[in-house]
Amino acid sequence: MFSLSNSAFLIIFLLSSLLFYKNFRKIIRNIKLGGDAGVFENKRERWRNVLFIAFGQKKMFKKPLVAILHLVVYLGFVIINIEIIEIILDGILGTHRILFSPKWSSLYNFCINSFEILALLVFVACIIFLIRRNIIKISRFWSPEMKGWPKSDANLILIFEILLMSAFLIMNAADLSLQKLAHTESYLQLKYPNTGNFLISGMISSLMQGISISNLILIERFCWWFHIIGIFGFLNYLVISKHLHIILAFPNTYFGSIKPKGQFNNMSSVTNEVKMMLDPNIDPFTEPVSTSQPVRFGAKDVTDLNWLHLLNAYSCTECGRCTAECPANVTGKKLSPRKIMMDVRDRVEEVGRGIDLKGKDFKDEKSLLHDFIKPEELWACTSCNACVEACPLSIDPLSIILELRRYSVMEESSAPTELNAVFSNIENNGAPWQFSASDRLNWKDDE
Amino acid sequence: MGLVVQTMAEWKNANTDPEILFWVGSAGSFDDRAKKITRSFVKIMNHANVKFGVLGTEESASGDVAKRAGNEFLFQMQAMNNIQILNSYNIQRIVTTCPHDFNTLKNEYKDLGGEYDVLHHTEFIYELITKKRLSILGNLKNKKITYHDPCYLGRGNGVFSIPRKLIDIIGLQLIEMPRSKETSFCCGAGGAQMFKEPEKGREDININRTREALNAKTSIIATGCPFCNTMMQDGVKNLAEGSVDVLDIAELIVQSEKL
Repeated sequence: MFSLSNSAFLIIFLLSSLLFYKNFRKIIRNIKLGGDAGVFENKRERWRNVLFIAFGQKKMFKKPLVAILHLVVYLGFVIINIEIIEIILDGILGTHRILFSPKWSSLYNFCINSFEILALLVFVACIIFLIRRNIIKISRFWSPEMKGWPKSDANLILIFEILLMSAFLIMNAADLSLQKLAHTESYLQLKYPNTGNFLISGMISSLMQGISISNLILIERFCWWFHIIGIFGFLNYLVISKHLHIILAFPNTYFGSIKPKGQFNNMSSVTNEVKMMLDPNIDPFTEPVSTSQPVRFGAKDVTDLNWLHLLNAYSCTECGRCTAECPANVTGKKLSPRKIMMDVRDRVEEVGRGIDLKGKDFKDEKSLLHDFIKPEELWACTSCNACVEACPLSIDPLSIILELRRYSVMEESSAPTELNAVFSNIENNGAPWQFSASDRLNWKDDE
Repeated sequence: MGLVVQTMAEWKNANTDPEILFWVGSAGSFDDRAKKITRSFVKIMNHANVKFGVLGTEESASGDVAKRAGNEFLFQMQAMNNIQILNSYNIQRIVTTCPHDFNTLKNEYKDLGGEYDVLHHTEFIYELITKKRLSILGNLKNKKITYHDPCYLGRGNGVFSIPRKLIDIIGLQLIEMPRSKETSFCCGAGGAQMFKEPEKGREDININRTREALNAKTSIIATGCPFCNTMMQDGVKNLAEGSVDVLDIAELIVQSEKL
């Protein structure tokens, strides 16, 4: 029973699963390089968000046409992959269509037919996506940050999907041709039981007339192996790709903010210090020093961000809806919320590689702020939340921008000069302008 | 006709509590354009016999600008001082004409010991109307108007429909811009941008937004934020001076009701 091909399959299966496990754990470790992200109360609403935003793709439907295409690919991916159970069982046990039995042949036939229809739809959707990206040139796919790897990554994913769907359909087509030949060549009957016709591969099968039995077997086997190795390959490709969103979208929407978008988080580390400054009864020298004191205020590097920021970065699929809505970007400023997310991921992966090589105390000369994100980008933000609203999977680029600003202001004192003047006005006069606090009620007697 | 304005200190001396605190805000207190909005809102409250107090010289910047610029120290200093004063007067309800202060007081003072029921002035005016304390004759009927959603009122806090209901109650014909409500386009002033030169780019954000508002071909651009108001006004000055009025919803009501 156990042949060379079973062993080969088992080895490939185990190795690719192991490799994925190892790399995925590295991603989790990288995400955990971020600090505490607070508590996540209101589980009910969070599960609702997972249901509607991640599973239901509610936010995608702001662009209905693309949403439908995306839904097709998503459903196709999830549903067709049920077939993988059979493929893996066949691979390990050396069987052929192990889940097929004449007893439930109509159910089996129904399932495969559903997979095939979806496979064709996925195929078409991916072709349309390729056209949108490369021929129609939708502008958000052609921003400066989309040159090089991000562009190839997007195309590779689509080509991958097209090839996998083709292999699946051609495999079934060759199988059907062999089933037909089994009527006359009885030795094929045991191996290729009659599953009934399949809708899509049935059509391809009719084009296969005249191909010899040995070539049909070759086509069927080649496509089978290509399809399953492709899936194992794709799984391992995820960890270096923006396509990781197919996994991380779910936790990301669960942990995404459920507060009003206008609300920025409170820095409790600052609260303690301000309280001490304002309370005349506290002697700062006798007060016990809090051990949870952060090393720095705000974020200079990815390790100063919290783990949710880093999860956000790994969840980003670079669709650019944020950037397309960003008022700063739309009017030609350097800021692009998508680039912020890409920079955070690039940097945390760089730090992660450093840790792999040199251990967990790895430090280098670089930092997220300055080496990846420039002050010019940071200070172009109007904090309008358009990017947060636009994200289909609850990523919050604004909160990262805020942390970088906090570092710039409170640690580097490098705010734009006009803002430093505003700060001293607020401090001295209680208003951003240079008006005397005693004139605050003068509006009453104007006109 | 002069305005009737009492400070919280005066209310306290009279041993009574007003219904509501009117948080005027720095822009509403000092900016010439915003002061007109402040006065308009007070006219409405006077007309509806609302007992309100202001903090007057005891009020200080809410800290919104400092917080969004990343100066958390300064924000918390401002917040804690303001909270101390608000709590000393036992304030429960606050109304403000500034969406930035609205957001900060409503959402960001909580963690520092200041919990209040905070309303934007459009919400409060709508409440006055629904409680029949303010009746609307609608002398501006049938004029065309477009409404610019302030980020911190709309996207930031989900207040989209009430300003539109008010526009409808006055009898104005609302023409929506292509980018409105959740997908509204910022005026360019938020996140401390009001107080600095914009970064280099193709155009200023307020020009982009004003162009969209002008394309709605209305005689009025309405908004609910003193900063949006300034930005849109500057945009109109640049693109089509004098062709359209930029007004706050409170000013619209004053015009409509000839207050």
